[in-house]
Amino acid sequence: MNMISLTPLDLALAAILILLLAGLSWYLRLGLQRTLLINASRTVVQLLLVGLVLKAVFANADLLWVGLMATVMLAVAGYEVMARQKRRMQGWWGYGLGAGAMFVSSFSVTLLALLVIIGNQPWYEPQYAIPLLGMMLGNTMSGVALALDRLTQSAWQQRAVIEQRLMLGQTRAEAIDEIRRDAARSGLMHIINAMAAAGIVSLPGMMTGQILAGAPPMEAVKYQILIMFLIAAGTGFGVTSALWLASRWLFDERHRLRLNVLAAPRV
Amino acid sequence: MNEPRLRVSEIRTQGRGPYSLHVAAGECVSLRGPSGSGKSLLLRAIADLDPHDGEAFLDGEACSSVPAPQWRRQVALLPVESQWWLDTVGEHFPAAPCPWLAPLGFDEAALRWQVGRLSSGEKQRLALARALMNRPRALLLDEPSASLDEASTAALEGVVADYRRSEQAAVLWVSHSREQAARVAARHFQLQAEGLEEGTP
Repeated sequence: MNMISLTPLDLALAAILILLLAGLSWYLRLGLQRTLLINASRTVVQLLLVGLVLKAVFANADLLWVGLMATVMLAVAGYEVMARQKRRMQGWWGYGLGAGAMFVSSFSVTLLALLVIIGNQPWYEPQYAIPLLGMMLGNTMSGVALALDRLTQSAWQQRAVIEQRLMLGQTRAEAIDEIRRDAARSGLMHIINAMAAAGIVSLPGMMTGQILAGAPPMEAVKYQILIMFLIAAGTGFGVTSALWLASRWLFDERHRLRLNVLAAPRV
Repeated sequence: MNEPRLRVSEIRTQGRGPYSLHVAAGECVSLRGPSGSGKSLLLRAIADLDPHDGEAFLDGEACSSVPAPQWRRQVALLPVESQWWLDTVGEHFPAAPCPWLAPLGFDEAALRWQVGRLSSGEKQRLALARALMNRPRALLLDEPSASLDEASTAALEGVVADYRRSEQAAVLWVSHSREQAARVAARHFQLQAEGLEEGTP
């Protein structure tokens, strides 16, 4: 691959754009310059750190190290899902629900891809396993977070409707059916839109990166298709299992709505 | 002693009670008490919508021994404010024709109305018709005529009385009005924090 290596000067030039944007924000009093600069710095630091970690993990392709890294990634993703809920589930459920759903979907789909589709030797070769899992987790995380947030918010706002349906003798599944479908839709809309717009409106980031790094376009395209399908499947399974668990958890065994499993909203 | 249609035994809910009462088949019992005394909470507990201690029995069958949705179809709670979540009125009704629309002052066209345009009085009467479609054996009415004028109140009271007699249903009627309680019910209860007191309307 004829990859053009970027120099620190190249990156500094790109950073000037961010500084210009911050200046504009200050001039227009958008109040965004502080967050913008802090988060741009976070990007640099986090990516440099992860680069070092990846370098170390790539150097010794050991199942233990790959597993450890995957666990840390899942733990952080689970926390992010919980932190993005306005009314999250109380206690361990709030954390375990999202992390569990992502574990089931992201891990199993990534495993399937590594073992069956890519078929690398060894299957856990970090150069494939880590970026794949990262991409899966990143997307599943957004989908699960959106869907759960929608579910709990709607259940809270429409509790009178849910209870009215229970009073008429509907089961807990019937009473929350529409809300759950709406939540699934909002969790999956992003990846569905991404598949529709892929290549026409947007060149997916991974493919662009590969092409910039010198990979032949058709190879990049094939990987992108693979990734899209895996992400769609992972997000879909993650969202549906998280919603199934959460909507079940909102009711007790006597089909009573129990919104006290939700924590008070954070401001 | 014959098992009454609806028997409430030592129900405690949200720190109130215990409440015990029974309603015979075809009987109507009124329940009164100041605002905030927990009348609605008691009805919710009987319909098994809130966790509670104690037990309710329908024809001798304990609530906890029946699946909750089946219990709620048989013990219908009509809340003060009914909810309508689909576009038209008719979508909330089962496909069978509804015999209570006409006596409540509606014709079949009412089923095609948009729910967003219902007045609170129309909602209240339609909610009764909707609840009766399950053919409940017990009716828990929470101020069912709160937003009705005199004529509609009379129509509603008539429909409930007819249903009660023809189906031998037990009716527990929460009302703020002493006159209404005297009109619709044969026995009267006053709700107190520590229990129910039977007395005059």
